[in-house]
Amino acid sequence: MMERFKDREHLFRMGALFLGALALFLVLRAVFVPKGFGTYGHYREGALKDMASRPLHYAGRHACEECHSDIVDQRKGSKHATIACEACHGPLAEHAADPDKLKPTKPDAAKLCPVCHTENVAKPKGFPQVDPKEHGEGKPCGSCHKPHHPEIA
Amino acid sequence: MTTDRRDFLKSAGAFIVLTGAASLAWEKVLAGEPEKAPNYKMSDHWWAMTIDIEKCIGCGNCVRADKAENDVPEDFFRTWVERYHVPEGSEDHPEVDSPEGGFNGFPEKYRAGDGSKNFFVPKLCNQCSHSPCTQVCPVGATFESPDGAVLVDKSYCLGCRYCVQACPYGCRYIDPRKNVVDKCTLCYHRITKGLTTACCENCPTGARTLGDLKDPKDPIHAFLRTHKVQVLKPQMATGSKMYYNGLDGSVR
Amino acid sequence: MESILYGVQGFMYPNEVELQWSILIVLYPFITGLVAGAFILASLERVFNVEAVRPTYRLALLTALSFMLVAPLPLQLHLGHPERSLEMYLTPHTTSAMAMFGFVYLWYLMAVLVLEIWLDYRKDIVLAARSTTGWTQKLYRAMALWSDNISERSLEIDDKVGRFITIIGIPSAFLLHGYVGFIFGSIKANPWWSTPLMPIVFLFSAIVSGIVLVMLMYMMVSWIRRTEIDMDCLDTIARYFMYAFIIDFSLEMLDLIHRIYEADESFKSLDFMVHTKLYTSQVILQIVLGTVVPILILGLVQLVKMSPAARKGLYVLSGVLAMIGIFAMRWNVVIGGQLFSKSLLGYTTYKMQFATREGLLPSILLLLLPFVILYVLVRLLPPWPAKPEADKA
Repeated sequence: MMERFKDREHLFRMGALFLGALALFLVLRAVFVPKGFGTYGHYREGALKDMASRPLHYAGRHACEECHSDIVDQRKGSKHATIACEACHGPLAEHAADPDKLKPTKPDAAKLCPVCHTENVAKPKGFPQVDPKEHGEGKPCGSCHKPHHPEIA
Repeated sequence: MTTDRRDFLKSAGAFIVLTGAASLAWEKVLAGEPEKAPNYKMSDHWWAMTIDIEKCIGCGNCVRADKAENDVPEDFFRTWVERYHVPEGSEDHPEVDSPEGGFNGFPEKYRAGDGSKNFFVPKLCNQCSHSPCTQVCPVGATFESPDGAVLVDKSYCLGCRYCVQACPYGCRYIDPRKNVVDKCTLCYHRITKGLTTACCENCPTGARTLGDLKDPKDPIHAFLRTHKVQVLKPQMATGSKMYYNGLDGSVR
Repeated sequence: MESILYGVQGFMYPNEVELQWSILIVLYPFITGLVAGAFILASLERVFNVEAVRPTYRLALLTALSFMLVAPLPLQLHLGHPERSLEMYLTPHTTSAMAMFGFVYLWYLMAVLVLEIWLDYRKDIVLAARSTTGWTQKLYRAMALWSDNISERSLEIDDKVGRFITIIGIPSAFLLHGYVGFIFGSIKANPWWSTPLMPIVFLFSAIVSGIVLVMLMYMMVSWIRRTEIDMDCLDTIARYFMYAFIIDFSLEMLDLIHRIYEADESFKSLDFMVHTKLYTSQVILQIVLGTVVPILILGLVQLVKMSPAARKGLYVLSGVLAMIGIFAMRWNVVIGGQLFSKSLLGYTTYKMQFATREGLLPSILLLLLPFVILYVLVRLLPPWPAKPEADKA
């Protein structure tokens, strides 16, 4: 028996090497696989938390409405009533968190209104669109349209 | 085969099977921590979005808002708007452009009354429920969350770019600053706090509206029932949850 | 934004303009293909008893090992975070062909290549351990796993086990390169890649490239060592080269004809691409110069009686052309698959740089590296019996 083993002994050495490598692999696996991997699926559970804890830049309209109820009233019944405040006023989460710290600036109507209202063949037909150069004889938009209630009676 | 060899193979095989089973069990021990979210329960939500082509005016507010909210690198887009110009008879080869993704709107380049069809199509990650990008990720760095968002684990991504190749919609890119993949996350950090996504918040016409398919009171149910909706590339069977109303056949 | 749009024709989705996979990813299937092909040639002798190719057996195995060791390097250079690559082994996503390939690679390297080489060379290693001193002796002893037994019986056992490993090795080699083909072929988002033929086409062109590599190596090494080439061996190799190439060509043509005939929605866009951006690399380099011409040359050698010198010259010519053609095929698949938009409405340009991490220079160096490794291996484990007159090799 020992004779036969002797001639295969080198194969067992190789086999031991392989098993050693396998054991090393299992150890590495135990040490390096992140905690919480596989809880909900094939991913790190902590990734959900990472995603959910990114900083906000837009406060969302409800945050604005809490303080600026006068504007809410102004907009009632207007086509602009459903537009988010920050759509025109920019991201204001910082201001909502600390209103005195960051005072937002009024957007420039000459630049802002044409973004939506310049006529373009790809815009839906029913949408109010004009040629900014011809409409209103070059007067500023605000001279006829109040931004929070743009309809002219 | 001699008995020695047979015995060797038998014991080696048994060893491998047992260690395999042991390592799987060990993995289960390491994983499994209770959910720590305070009010938000993932199992209560299944996120989707409706995009109404008939309402999109191509203002680019969504693109700008998304860039501001999500620190999107220059030259890449988590969301973008495409303009379609479809002269009669060329439905299978429309003219499409997306200047800087629509970030600065769309300077007019067509004339009215030329017999063509023109419209805007906002695009973003389709948050697929059978997502091909998740399927090919070699390590589990991108995944479908239990509430239906397809997300990226930036601390785990290798930057192999396989998922970018596998996405049929072109919504993924590599962030050149971090060398990992990035894409629209459905503003996961907002929707888990009861807010809506940056793009939907800032869309002035309500063309983009976030929806929660698990919420019986959500208007998305009525919308899907009363409009003719389609998803992009339905033949790919990705389980896309971006439902387009008024999507023309020429849209790619 | 202007600079990124340079080279774009028509419409591309904004995120598609820059290519994701560079020349490094062209290199990778080329290298693994050489490995699979060289091994299959070696196994012709071992398993199918094609005695004629025996002189190239050991050289083919060492060549396969040299290229196998270099294969992961282009991938490492390409990854955004190569330091995280262990994740593929720790948390492999079982639905990802790329992840599973990591294990196929490891299996093939360790359980097939290394084992087979070890078993075939063991006697020489032990003899070398006995006859050297110092660090060299330590190295050979370690390579022998500190075993000193080279009795008749042990060598018989080695041979039997080696044969068994070669038998497993053949489907493993098929799996190795078929998998690479599947990595591309399973992507439904990309119509240029998505076809069930992809793994088979990759595999057969890999077999051709591996056979050519061993053939050219054998000719070059014989020339350097000033030994006579066994023409029987060379002619047999060239015949297998031809057979494999004919099968490969038929498969590629089948794919092409199928596309042209069905002319589905992607056809117009892809057809335009092949006629413009990919014309030189696909039509001229891959199909005409890289496949048709070598097959015709090889066919000619079978039909017309020629002197050994003429045959050698034609084998070198057809081999070099075939290698260019097969490299071009990998280029056309990888780069070609990214030149057109998934909207099927536009095209972009591949801007290959020279001395950057994913540029041309590292690619050239990576192609040269296996030869350096092979040189070391050949010194350590000579594939041929030692000649009395010492020479440069």
